Amino acid sequence: MTTSIFEERKDQIHRTGQGPFELACNRDSLAGAVSQRACVFCGSRVVLYPIADALHLVHGPIGCAAYTWDIRGALSSGPELHRLSFSTDLREKDVIFGGEPKLTAALDELIDRHQPKAAFVYSTCIVGLIGDDLKAVCKSMSEKKGIPVLPVQSEGFKGNKREGYLAACKAMFELVGTKDDPEIPPVSVNIFGDFNLAGEIWIIREYLERMGVSVIANVTGDGRVDDIRRCHGAALNLVQCSGATLDLAKMMEEKYGIPYLRVSYLGVEDMAQALYDVADHFADKDPDIVARTGALVREELANLLPELKKLRADLEGKRAAIYVGGAFKAFSLIKAFRHLGMRVCIVGSQTGTREDYEELAAITDPGTIIVDDANPLELSAFIKEKDVDVFVGGVKERPIAFKLGVGFCDHNHERKIALEGFVGMLNFAREIHASAMSPVWRFVPRRAKALCNAPKEAGA
Amino acid sequence: MSTTTPYVSTTNACKLCTPLGACMAFKGIEGAVPFLHGSQGCATYMRRYIISHFREPVDIASSALGEKHAVYGGGPNLKKGILNVMQKYGAKLVGVATTCLTETIGDDVPMIVEEFRKEFGDLDLPEIVSVSTPSFAGTHMEGFHAAVRAVAEQLAGESVPHHGGLNLFPGMVSPADTRHLRDICDDHGLAACILPDVSETLDGPALLDYERIPSGGTPLADIKAMPGAAASIEFGHSLPGRRTAGTFLKKTHGVPCFQLPLPIGLRGSDAFFAALGEISGKEPHPRHERDRGRLVDAFVDGHKYIFGKRAVVYGEEDLVAGLVEFLSEIGVHVVLAATGSEKTGLPSSIRKTCDELGLKMPEVREGADFHEIAELAEQLEPDLVVGHSKGYRSARKWNVPLVRVGFPIHDRFGGQRLRILGYQGAQELFDRIVNAVLEKNQSDSPVGYGYL
Ligand code: SF4
Ligand code: SF4
Repeated sequence: MTTSIFEERKDQIHRTGQGPFELACNRDSLAGAVSQRACVFCGSRVVLYPIADALHLVHGPIGCAAYTWDIRGALSSGPELHRLSFSTDLREKDVIFGGEPKLTAALDELIDRHQPKAAFVYSTCIVGLIGDDLKAVCKSMSEKKGIPVLPVQSEGFKGNKREGYLAACKAMFELVGTKDDPEIPPVSVNIFGDFNLAGEIWIIREYLERMGVSVIANVTGDGRVDDIRRCHGAALNLVQCSGATLDLAKMMEEKYGIPYLRVSYLGVEDMAQALYDVADHFADKDPDIVARTGALVREELANLLPELKKLRADLEGKRAAIYVGGAFKAFSLIKAFRHLGMRVCIVGSQTGTREDYEELAAITDPGTIIVDDANPLELSAFIKEKDVDVFVGGVKERPIAFKLGVGFCDHNHERKIALEGFVGMLNFAREIHASAMSPVWRFVPRRAKALCNAPKEAGA
Repeated sequence: MSTTTPYVSTTNACKLCTPLGACMAFKGIEGAVPFLHGSQGCATYMRRYIISHFREPVDIASSALGEKHAVYGGGPNLKKGILNVMQKYGAKLVGVATTCLTETIGDDVPMIVEEFRKEFGDLDLPEIVSVSTPSFAGTHMEGFHAAVRAVAEQLAGESVPHHGGLNLFPGMVSPADTRHLRDICDDHGLAACILPDVSETLDGPALLDYERIPSGGTPLADIKAMPGAAASIEFGHSLPGRRTAGTFLKKTHGVPCFQLPLPIGLRGSDAFFAALGEISGKEPHPRHERDRGRLVDAFVDGHKYIFGKRAVVYGEEDLVAGLVEFLSEIGVHVVLAATGSEKTGLPSSIRKTCDELGLKMPEVREGADFHEIAELAEQLEPDLVVGHSKGYRSARKWNVPLVRVGFPIHDRFGGQRLRILGYQGAQELFDRIVNAVLEKNQSDSPVGYGYL
């Protein structure tokens, strides 16, 4: 029996407490290892796609656009242009002679047809190779149509998702500051790094409104081009998630002097902390805000905690595994599981940084497996080793868990249940409860075997 | 003829990319790991896409090329990747499909594979089948057929004893349909080498262990023995005139080849059973005769509910052609048949169906996307949409039922267990169509019916 760990990947796996922390990360994926990672294009697409009144044109062969057609749960309260999948669908002729004429024609007709507020043009691997001058095409289209047409340099092979985040931020930065709005109030924020999956941004906005904070732009869930153009007028950027929009916040800090706060809306403490941090930030402008925020949190917790307690009674002592795109989310999930009385024994991400993993090593129990850029063989081996009850991950991880008879909770961009905010914590707890407590696990081979063996072991 | 303005951009494609089809074909072979030679993203996206339909692990390896490989060639990574797959997965076959990236940089995969075989000749090497699948020159269906052909070409043995079995190339059909086809062949006493056979690999049981490669799939030994078969049958309207696995075996090894439409509906199934009878020299098991009788009986019982209903059909060319035949048989009026592929022979095969049944030719579109399908359909006022999940938005907008058939089915449960082939498959599809119409009548009715 061969082991499940590739020799080359040994240093991308760490066990908390076993030796000093050392973990290699941000490496290229290993050939043949069936990484769960996507590409640069994927990173850009994730970030920009929720801008609902923009045209998102994928310049490349059909697959890249087809596979990303409306796969996310990013909801819009108005326009839904983002849910369509536009592609230049490059053919042999375009590959040989260049795809610029086709791109120009495609933009021309799509902008006329949909009248978007802006257009994002994503380059894919092949475009990088054939050398189409995306910038030039976009520039002349901008002039012709009178809307911003923005190139997104997201050739898939030029790195992993993180590079895609940067490409997306660069494209958005072109928009920021192109429209002034003198009406913006002094206690105001932009919400960065939330994609409004299952309407989550609406939950957060509601909290902020109750606190008396105006939200200027959603970047990017339920996003609008005009909001992004004027968002440099806000007083503060709230940046969620480790990578996606942090670069944009930094660029805005540098150019417009807007400070940013890093927050997470997942779990009880992090959600409350996010609101308190915002309140503290504005305390000198609005002295009552701290008290209002305290009241809000208390009110929400009064509803939430009794419900959580009921679920916790069942879940106490169960084991969880986490494998997500960005490591930042994992921090919140670990805390959320503690609220449910559960122990996290495996935690990993596709694109964590050294600092992320160090922090994971610091907050997890001894023996917890920490892994960077895992693959199905490793994940399945870890699940078995730790005998987990619930796995939190994305669609590609689901069948791994299910095959092994382990509960699963979808926590990626495709989710349809809101998991942010206090209400999201309750949804999360309910989903974990439903995932772990179903009677079906009694019948899967993993448990069925345990049941058969039990009397024998007891007798022995 | 309805008209739409021609346009160059694609909105909501009605096709997928070529290597995805190749991966689906490789997934149905014993011990196989599909391997995409290209950047990581393509493999991950395809895995995700396939997983959400089948709800099964779908491991597709990638040579995970980065910038420097794009410049200097991907050969070293391809070799390293094959080595990893072979050592970690214990692959018996590595199915290497190219992507747009490696086609564009011009990697010569057969040559790299040859080098690999020489370099690592001392190891216990798996079979390596390579297929060229640039997505800018085809769709997933082309990739699928090309991979099946590549497997036959690269693995079929030279001097194989005659064994009288059957080679069955079913096309891209569901695991449940594949199982059904096997039963039908068994009932004719024909040992069938079904290539690919996804019946278990994409619809497996709950297990104690994670299988590195799911059990099942076409046995490699059977593939090697294909030249010794009594005949080949391959399904697909689009196949005649193309280079296929069946034509290869015929040309090179003299195995007679029956090219049939997908056996969807009564006449399609009749043709399949007739071919099996001819090859085996046996009458089918009486149960099939009874299935057929029950199907005709159901046609009669249900005809009034669906007669003259106007249907829009889309999807892969072979499937669409088959569905049009079936819908025409039962009195549903197909008003639009569309596929994302080009030059598929779809118009002529639909014309043939219409001529045989004395029907009016529907609108037929090749190279269509959902923008075009929707634009046309809006003028045609359909009552019913038949195709995969991606037509849901349109069906919802028009407030007509969508009968889900084919791949992908991302918004319903059990896509891998849908049967449409043979008399039994036709029965299930017929029931679903009639019920979709009844459900709509019921929900539209102000009073609601208890009896229909
Ligand atoms: S690059 Fe080609 S192979 Fe890869 S996803 Fe895009 S279309 Fe498919
Ligand atoms: S072709 Fe490149 S950009 Fe497109 S999916 Fe593949 S890796 Fe990503």
